[in-house]
Amino acid sequence: MESRRNPRAVVDPKVRQVGFFTSSQPDSSSTQQQTEPISASASASSPPVSTISPSGNSLSPVMIPPPRLNSSDTFPLRNAAAGATSAVSPSSFSYSNRRDFPDGSTTASPGRHSRGSFVKSSAPVASSLPGIGMDSMAAAKSSSVPASGLTTVSVVTMPPGLAENASGMEVQSDQKKNSKSLKEKTTKAERRAIQEAQRAAKAAAKADGGKVPPGTSASLASTSVKVAKPAKPSTQKNEVAVSAGVTEKKGGPSEKDRKKDAPHPRMQYDDESRVVKAKRRAVVKQTEAKNRVELFRHLPQYEHGTQLPDLEAKFFQLDPMHPAVYKVGLQYLSGDISGGNARCIAMLQAFQDVIKDYSTPPEKNLNRDMTSKISSYVSFLIECRPLSISMGNAIRFVKNRIAKLPITLSESEAKAALQSDIERFINDKIIGADMVIVKHAVTKIRDGDVLLTYGSPTAVEMILLHAHELKKKFRVLVVDSRPKLEGQLLLRRLIKRGISCTYTHINAISYIMHEVTKVFLGASSVLSNGTVYSRVGTACVAMVASAFRVPVLLCCEAYKFHERVQLDSICSNELGDPNAISKVHGREDINYLDGLTNNANLQFLNLMYDATPSDYISMIITDYGMVPPTSVPVIVREYQKEHLLV
Amino acid sequence: MPDVQSMVAEFVNKLRKRKIEGSQATAKCTVELLRSVISHQRVPHANQAAALIDAVKAVGQQLVAANPVELAVGNVVRRVLHIIREEDLSLTTAAMAGLDLLDASDDDDIDNCKGIGYPAMSAAVVAAAARSTLRPPSLQTLLEGTPESATVPYTSSSGADSESKTADKSSLTRKLKHDVIEGVNQLIQEISGCHEQIAEQAIEHIHQNEVILTLGSSRTVLEFLCAAKEKKRSFRVFVAEGAPRYQGHLLAKELVARGLQTTVITDSAVFAMISRVNMVIIGAHAVMANGGVIGPVGVNMAALAAKKHAVPFVVLAGSHKLCPLYPHNPEVLLNELRSPSELLDFGEFSDCLDFGAGSGSLQVVNPTFDYVPPNLVSLFITDTGGHNPSYMYRLIADYYSADDLVM
Repeated sequence: MESRRNPRAVVDPKVRQVGFFTSSQPDSSSTQQQTEPISASASASSPPVSTISPSGNSLSPVMIPPPRLNSSDTFPLRNAAAGATSAVSPSSFSYSNRRDFPDGSTTASPGRHSRGSFVKSSAPVASSLPGIGMDSMAAAKSSSVPASGLTTVSVVTMPPGLAENASGMEVQSDQKKNSKSLKEKTTKAERRAIQEAQRAAKAAAKADGGKVPPGTSASLASTSVKVAKPAKPSTQKNEVAVSAGVTEKKGGPSEKDRKKDAPHPRMQYDDESRVVKAKRRAVVKQTEAKNRVELFRHLPQYEHGTQLPDLEAKFFQLDPMHPAVYKVGLQYLSGDISGGNARCIAMLQAFQDVIKDYSTPPEKNLNRDMTSKISSYVSFLIECRPLSISMGNAIRFVKNRIAKLPITLSESEAKAALQSDIERFINDKIIGADMVIVKHAVTKIRDGDVLLTYGSPTAVEMILLHAHELKKKFRVLVVDSRPKLEGQLLLRRLIKRGISCTYTHINAISYIMHEVTKVFLGASSVLSNGTVYSRVGTACVAMVASAFRVPVLLCCEAYKFHERVQLDSICSNELGDPNAISKVHGREDINYLDGLTNNANLQFLNLMYDATPSDYISMIITDYGMVPPTSVPVIVREYQKEHLLV
Repeated sequence: MPDVQSMVAEFVNKLRKRKIEGSQATAKCTVELLRSVISHQRVPHANQAAALIDAVKAVGQQLVAANPVELAVGNVVRRVLHIIREEDLSLTTAAMAGLDLLDASDDDDIDNCKGIGYPAMSAAVVAAAARSTLRPPSLQTLLEGTPESATVPYTSSSGADSESKTADKSSLTRKLKHDVIEGVNQLIQEISGCHEQIAEQAIEHIHQNEVILTLGSSRTVLEFLCAAKEKKRSFRVFVAEGAPRYQGHLLAKELVARGLQTTVITDSAVFAMISRVNMVIIGAHAVMANGGVIGPVGVNMAALAAKKHAVPFVVLAGSHKLCPLYPHNPEVLLNELRSPSELLDFGEFSDCLDFGAGSGSLQVVNPTFDYVPPNLVSLFITDTGGHNPSYMYRLIADYYSADDLVM
């Protein structure tokens, strides 16, 4: 993994250089002429890698190395070696596992996946030659493509102009994707730096004419990479030109892009000025809790149960809020929808409704207007309940899709494309992922097993039910905790299906851990340091299990992975209703704390999540296969590249 | 006698029905019962100590059988037996010292010696004297078999003079019983005063701005924290609520009433919060001879979390909680399962359960106690001071005699 970080470090200063050089284009052309042969020779030094790859097939997992190859102009030997070792890069998981996924549409994913890495690989090289003319740009592009293991070495040795024609036939289809993905990147960039790049945007728009809508292109690109190559030089030229124009103006914002990729610092509620600002904007009027827990000043601590009637009263006044979003918000608030997947799906479906009913206001841009609309809806949802990480990822996906809608699409086409994108996200990333997880996890359940689970994770429930359908004989221990007692719901469903269960509370975990053979847990999110962010108590269960040497299997869909890191459960968390602690449901005899809720000396802390250190987790079962927690950052990297192109 | 019998029966009943909660209350009741048993026990002329021991043992066995999990009962019975043995031993030494005198002078002198020389001596002093001076002979008696053998020479030697002998005997009997009861009274005092003894040490262990986590409801912990509060230390306490009995709520209420900054957290948040906690303080249900602790359910989880974050895990235990037994599989064997109704309401799941069709079954587990192995405990604070877990066996050896370990 070390060598992975290297290329970035090498590329970065170049990007910065580009930003400087674009302003003084004519002077820099000579230096670029010099750099071009270097990159060509660098890619010429790379053939060992492309021969190492088992085939030139784009489905091969070896498609990941390219980023390394492109930076090989500095360390050619080292990178070639790195490329060789990374033939067993963790993304091979994704490939092999994706393949046995039943849904036909996802077999395309390896292709998409590799394209994700393509974008990364070709972009830096292209942008390292910014001010250059169209032709030499194209040469640089075509010479960078062979390095990715698709075409022959001989191409590289040819003069640039020739190379363009020679490799054109073979590379064309790939380049098409390349340029498209590049273009996608640019439209995103364009939004931000629209004034300075007006001309290039036009060029991009012109190229869009010949493009297929993104929804269909993904399926098209999957298997027919090698087959379909009716090369029309003119279109190819056009596309290369686009890509050149694209990279030209890419130089400026690309660094900003990367900065933006890093997760935003979250709202800190102890920052008073910002809280006041946020309150002014808020739709939901919340009263702050009187008795706040000092340690959690940075998290929102509101009186619970006060917002709902107020919001309901406002139902007909909330003009800008779409009713579907409004409904989902209320459901979050009242707790009718809980659980990462359910909340995420509900939100996405609400967005689908929003898109269906959307019409672009006059004199406004669909992309931008809809993005701002979605943003306002999201902030409403946050007011109802803080977003889960999975929802954050889904929102990022939706916004990405909106931002990358080709301008040329008509409104109805764009809406249809977005709706199908969201539908596909729900089907692939959530429902499909769960099916894959079930398929993997069931292989770990043997006859006579005693399985422990905590709370009510949907993935685990599916696993248990599926294993039961397969006539495996096992027993389930359902561990529950106050105040939500979600385990009872799971228990009810499992018993109805005829699975033998034992029910207990989390305090008794050491008592029952003796008989447990495996622990299955769910997660709200897996962070890139391997920390599992999940329902509070998961850490306790995992800790006791590892103390008793019981393997802990964590089931989590990959769309819930996040590149953030977290060490404890304090810095970022969600606080539930404190009154839920003082009142014990169904136990009138427990009334010690009645009448003390407003005592200044007494606080109630109802944490919703906790962070489980990765050393308690034996294995993470995800839709990319079964991986150790240390592989999470890899999946996050690879997944998010794919994410841009889904 | 019948009244003692009925008292024992009543107490056994209470124990069996778990009417008495808390090891301190149980211990106190047990001692008081044993005191009345001893005082009502008619002592024969020969082997008075043996008679007392037998009587106490008989009652003790009933009590222990009534609630084998309440280790404090067994501890207290053993303590009382130990007191009887020590008193007997000290009397024997006194008698043996007197025997030397007897060889030299009259019987009157013995009476004087016994009546004047030792009357004000408290049982503790006698016991201490016996411990210091009589260790070798007690070991010898151990080796020779029965401790009564020591008394045999005395009775036989003084068997010559009948007149003075009976008077002497009766005074001696009364003496033993009196001393034993005095010792038992001291034990009662010790048990009821252990909170203060432990609380006195609080100031040495709690510093300013400390964050303390506790779980369960223990009077010892309450007094400990309040003692520190009274000494003007300001600190905050996290209390795990301790489902399904919610003893934490009780403790929180008391703490708030005494003006401590208290935060109630759910049990599941123990791991999340432990990284911000400076010290975990719990009250034990019993301390085993290996230094393991039996505490309220959920305590093992807290101990593991504390270990993970290198947070000191401090156990407060009065001396009546020190159990001379070594645990085997204590999570199961020294545990007690409470009613499932604390977790699930009766009949709540009756609609899903269908026993006829061979469908899934439902068990509900609701244990009361939790065992913490000694390697997770940082410190024991007892009424005699702070001790390491590895030292507990030695501390315990001071309180019990080896003969009573198996009752």
